[in-house]
Amino acid sequence: MDEQLCYAYAVVRSSDPPERTALADVRGVAGAPVTLVRSGAVAAVVSAVPREEFSEAALKVGLEDIRWLEATARAHHLVIETLAAHTTVLPMRLATVYLDEDRVREMLRERETTFTTLLDRLADHVEWGVKVYAEVPPASPPDPVAAGRPADEANPGRAYLRSRRHQRQEREDAWRLAEEAVRRTEEQARGLAVERTRHRPQEGGLAQAPGENVSNDAYLVPRRLSEEFRSRMLHAADGLHGIRVEVTGPWAPYSFTAPLAPDAQEEARRR
Amino acid sequence: MGIEPTAPGAPVRDADTCAVGRQVALIDLLDRLLAGGVVLAGDLVLSIADVDLVRINLRAVIESITDSGVGSWEGT
Repeated sequence: MDEQLCYAYAVVRSSDPPERTALADVRGVAGAPVTLVRSGAVAAVVSAVPREEFSEAALKVGLEDIRWLEATARAHHLVIETLAAHTTVLPMRLATVYLDEDRVREMLRERETTFTTLLDRLADHVEWGVKVYAEVPPASPPDPVAAGRPADEANPGRAYLRSRRHQRQEREDAWRLAEEAVRRTEEQARGLAVERTRHRPQEGGLAQAPGENVSNDAYLVPRRLSEEFRSRMLHAADGLHGIRVEVTGPWAPYSFTAPLAPDAQEEARRR
Repeated sequence: MGIEPTAPGAPVRDADTCAVGRQVALIDLLDRLLAGGVVLAGDLVLSIADVDLVRINLRAVIESITDSGVGSWEGT
């Protein structure tokens, strides 16, 4: 029998735990049942994982393996989604691993107040992802011959320069529209969303949506305003040529788990 | 260690058929799981508080998943 570690997914209120039946259908990242570890007003949602797969050394290897990473991320997400359907959930970062349940209990005891404050703030709120994409023309110079007009045939150099200018202008226009779209999404979010987190714009091999991702924001929105928020975002870039707004969610509040700075807390209270 | 099974023998539900298991884009999920979530130093301190680990090694695939931050945006 392999030695087991304790993988923590999230913190919930122990007074408002998901029913056992809700978690009964779910398996954790390593296929084990998902259970609660309680301490005072809070409880951690955990499952057993084999040490051979989740030790520090093994995690380093696993995190470099996109298939392992995807499988683990999706399993983690499934647990979070299941919880979020029943109660307020405070997600933990991927691969938060403890030696045993006692250590989890200790961690809960030390941070009980922080966790209850965060859970209060997240109650009845959901996260929406809002990404703005622009069709930006490529920066590479066009083929000078193809770009030249018949009238310029006598002076291909001038035609080339003109087409470069034209192209630069097109890129500038695309970025200007993109900025305008981002500004509109911010404006439309006011009065509906209570917080925003900016993720880095997506690029690289996993970013498969067409166009260039110019903003990748997450908003925390009261659940009752969700549909209005979504619909406002989907229409925020109406009329802006070549701009697309992609909305994802509702998500559990993954992007809003940092304790608020004191001045932001003050502001939130005044709201 | 003493993790008790919630319901021994309960069926394992396939993620694809589960209502809450809707497929989300991996990159959107990783934005949240690697840059969001409560960061606690677990007992194995690696955690992913140190996102550099992933960023460096998966650069070709992921490239840009990094820190996010609460911006200066005012929600009021």
